[in-house]
Amino acid sequence: MRFVPLLLRLLLFAVLVSFLVSPDTFEPLLRPLVDGGTPAIYNQGSLLSLTLQHLEIVFAATLAAAILAILLAILVTRPFGAEFLPLSRSLVNIGQTFPPVAVLALAVPAVGFGAKPTLIALFLYGLLPIFENTLTALQNLPRSVTEAARGSGMTAMQRLLKVELPLSLPVIIAGIRLSVTINLATATIGSTVAAKTLGEVIIAGLQSNNLAFVLQGGLVVGALAVLIYDALSALEAMLSRRLGLR
Amino acid sequence: MIEIDAITKRYGGLAVVDNVSMVIEPRTITVIVGTSGSGKTTLLRMINRLVEPTEGVIRLDGEDNRSIPGYDLRRRIGYAIQGHGLFPHRTVAQNIATVPGLLGWEKRRIDTKVEELLTLFQLDPAVFAARYPHELSGGQQQRVGVARALAAEPNVLLMDEPFGALDPIIRAKAQEDLKAIQKHLETTIVLVTHDMNEAFHLADKIAVMDKGRVLQYGPPAELISAPAEPFVGALVGDGDRPFRLLAIGATGAIVEPGEADGEPISETSSQQDALSAMLWSGRRALPVISASGLPMGRVTLDNLVKHAARPQ
Amino acid sequence: MRFRFDKLGIVIAVLAVYGLLASPFAVLKPNRILQGQAKTVLEALPPLAGGVLLAGLALAIVIALLRAPATLRLIAAVGALAGLVLAMGQAAGFLTPDGNTYARVSPASGFWILLFAFALLTADAITRLQPPPWLRVLFLGVAAVAIGLLFVSGSWNGLSIMKEYAGRADVFWSEAGNHVKLALGSLVAASIVGLPLGVLCHRVRWLRASVLNLLNLIQTIPSIALFGILIAPLAWIAANVPGASEAGIRGIGTAPAFVALFLYSLLPIVANTVVGLAGVPRETNEAARGIGMTNRQRLFQVEIPLALPVILTAIRIVLVQNIGMATIAALIGGGGFGVFVFQGIGQTAMDLVLLGAVPTVALAFAAAVVLDALIEMNSRVAKGGRAA
Ligand SMILES: Nc1ncnc2c1ncn2[C@@H]1O[C@H](COP(=O)(O)OP(=O)(O)O)[C@@H](O)[C@H]1O
Ligand SMILES: [Mg+2]
Repeated sequence: MRFVPLLLRLLLFAVLVSFLVSPDTFEPLLRPLVDGGTPAIYNQGSLLSLTLQHLEIVFAATLAAAILAILLAILVTRPFGAEFLPLSRSLVNIGQTFPPVAVLALAVPAVGFGAKPTLIALFLYGLLPIFENTLTALQNLPRSVTEAARGSGMTAMQRLLKVELPLSLPVIIAGIRLSVTINLATATIGSTVAAKTLGEVIIAGLQSNNLAFVLQGGLVVGALAVLIYDALSALEAMLSRRLGLR
Repeated sequence: MIEIDAITKRYGGLAVVDNVSMVIEPRTITVIVGTSGSGKTTLLRMINRLVEPTEGVIRLDGEDNRSIPGYDLRRRIGYAIQGHGLFPHRTVAQNIATVPGLLGWEKRRIDTKVEELLTLFQLDPAVFAARYPHELSGGQQQRVGVARALAAEPNVLLMDEPFGALDPIIRAKAQEDLKAIQKHLETTIVLVTHDMNEAFHLADKIAVMDKGRVLQYGPPAELISAPAEPFVGALVGDGDRPFRLLAIGATGAIVEPGEADGEPISETSSQQDALSAMLWSGRRALPVISASGLPMGRVTLDNLVKHAARPQ
Repeated sequence: MRFRFDKLGIVIAVLAVYGLLASPFAVLKPNRILQGQAKTVLEALPPLAGGVLLAGLALAIVIALLRAPATLRLIAAVGALAGLVLAMGQAAGFLTPDGNTYARVSPASGFWILLFAFALLTADAITRLQPPPWLRVLFLGVAAVAIGLLFVSGSWNGLSIMKEYAGRADVFWSEAGNHVKLALGSLVAASIVGLPLGVLCHRVRWLRASVLNLLNLIQTIPSIALFGILIAPLAWIAANVPGASEAGIRGIGTAPAFVALFLYSLLPIVANTVVGLAGVPRETNEAARGIGMTNRQRLFQVEIPLALPVILTAIRIVLVQNIGMATIAALIGGGGFGVFVFQGIGQTAMDLVLLGAVPTVALAFAAAVVLDALIEMNSRVAKGGRAA
């Protein structure tokens, strides 16, 4: 029984990879969705390379967001940055009200069309969940443990690196997971400002009224999101178990 | 030796530790007791400078404890707290190795030390070294917490309600173990508790705190026979005084020559245990045997009554 | 006491000085699409107005740097924001050559940086003041009225964004209506379906996992794809179900956007209803049963009131998310502010993008403030306490 979900995921992964490597094999499945003459498989570029570029943009943006968000959360939980703590909470709250499309569109005048505005929008959008989770984790460490770390004679830096961050890791990863899944979907909108992502397939479908394109673009992104979400969940669960949290 | 010299800690003008002076002799167990909020923890934490005093000095073996950085000081002083505070992401062995690691001991020395301590605390290294804290029982976690505090062979061990989270039976065992280990390692222990039985059981000297001040500091017997203030008397418990006196004396100390019938009692048992055994078995005298099992004489009810009476 | 600068004040001062001295305040373009000339504060404003603005901002920066009381900081910040906004209107009139109807004036990076810096100061002052919920809503109302007056007064009419607006005022308001209808309508529909579904999932354990998993899966499909995927089934319904097309259901347009937003909204509402109900203390439920409440009475008098803050949180998440996502509806002809954003992107007319993006952000922000206030008032009730 326990292996069924894992098997399903492996199957999903296998289907995804074979679709990306040889999309034409799946042509008969998508054929019924379009009229006779129109192509059922995206034909304006390689699906595989679009997928890789999509992932690249998402990972680059999320990585940068994770680094900055974790650093900021560390800063505001140190005595030096404590003054910024209340404001940073309000900013996170306010930041979440900025719609991704608006961020994307507003970045264009600053950096032009292409991948850059998408990177900026995904970066800003990725910051919030990671910052929020890191902050929550750092602020809710068990008191007896942080006390013990101080009592053993660890310096502030040693406490941070050897105790606080390792203990916060599962919650931080949960934040990263949230960011990645949101960003995988949001990146598709980047294609409206000419970023090379799977959004291109969907938008091509919308423009030519080709349901097969829309569906394949959407499903590839959905499958990526499910697989990455699950992988990060598994990592988080493993770390939590190690910490005895579940 | 720990000299606490006119130490005061204020939070927002309020003195939570108020001009406390006391000298703690080396290789003894000193217990700080008092009601909750009386300033015990704050006083203890000023010794290893987890709390910086507002006024006064604390000297360790004559040296001002502010002469080295706080974290260096804390590496030289063991610290064990309620709820053990073990690092959940490190194995038992890694937990115990914390301070030696910070001090840069070489690996072999650390490994030997970890194994030695695990054995000393009756935890089989082969079984427990690689476990994570959440895979241990409460009592085992607490022992690892104390082992970690002792890993760098500190002269001084500070303990803040170390047994507070244990159930009564495991707690009694932990207290016995602590006494034995203190004898073995000759560590100077300062222990905070609000449990009077624990205090009388463990202490060479007791300090009674109330509202930030030390009301009385002396051997347990002195607290019973000559409480400095009514508060001390109330804390010791007027009705419990004779039993506390018996509890702090060993049966071996009042052996007299002679014979008695029935189950013998060990010379290391407390006089309270002897009384209890007499009352329960309906005898007026018990045979006493030495720790090695040889007959030593007997202890009588009359003698116990004499020792439970108010000292003159 | 040792004298210390306010740390946030230092950040704000650095930002503001950079925005004032090292970046352009406004940009003058020969027409709505071409690149323009950047102008600094002093170039963009008449000397007197420029001097007053500089002096005023300098005063606000000093107040930010000193550890002044939060109220004073708030006044300084709001004053600076008002000054900036009015100065931008002035700059438009001052920079536009007389009689030239093609020339456009837009805010430039310096203006945005200054706006950000003093918005930061405002947010910090409000955070420090910890105003009660009703006062925050009042602040919001005052700000909305002030912005309304600004537009009515016509002091911004010379700006490019307002010229974009003037050319399509009718469309703007009808798209605004569309946007709100999409975001709010799908929320209402999702609440009507999601709340009972959440209660059901709470009561029927085996249903919970499958419903939540399904809703989770829907969330992974990107919005533009879901909009597109829904076109086909809705077109089929419009063509084959009698009365459907009269009711406004079409393959393209508002209907797929509405359904997609509805589907996205379900997960937070159902999940939070389940979480909220699960969070009701067992003793409370036992007590309710003990005094003879029926299941229905318990649900409406005990469980739902206690779960309300969590459910309201979901509504806040959904509303803010829907307001943002509704912009994407424009891609499939669903209308809303996204129309201007995507037209603007298509024509590389950034002021047109702003005309769509700024109201969207404002709407989402206002929704968040109002719902946060509601949640806070309700969690006080749920915790059984009054304001602390
Ligand atoms: N960091 C602190 N700030 C303000 N007050 C404190 C702080 N730490 C302790 N106190 C106060 O000092 C008093 C003594 O605390 P503590 O030493 O922990 O007492 P005990 O350990 O005897 O229960 C308490 O009233 C407590 O509230
Ligand atoms: Mg205490």
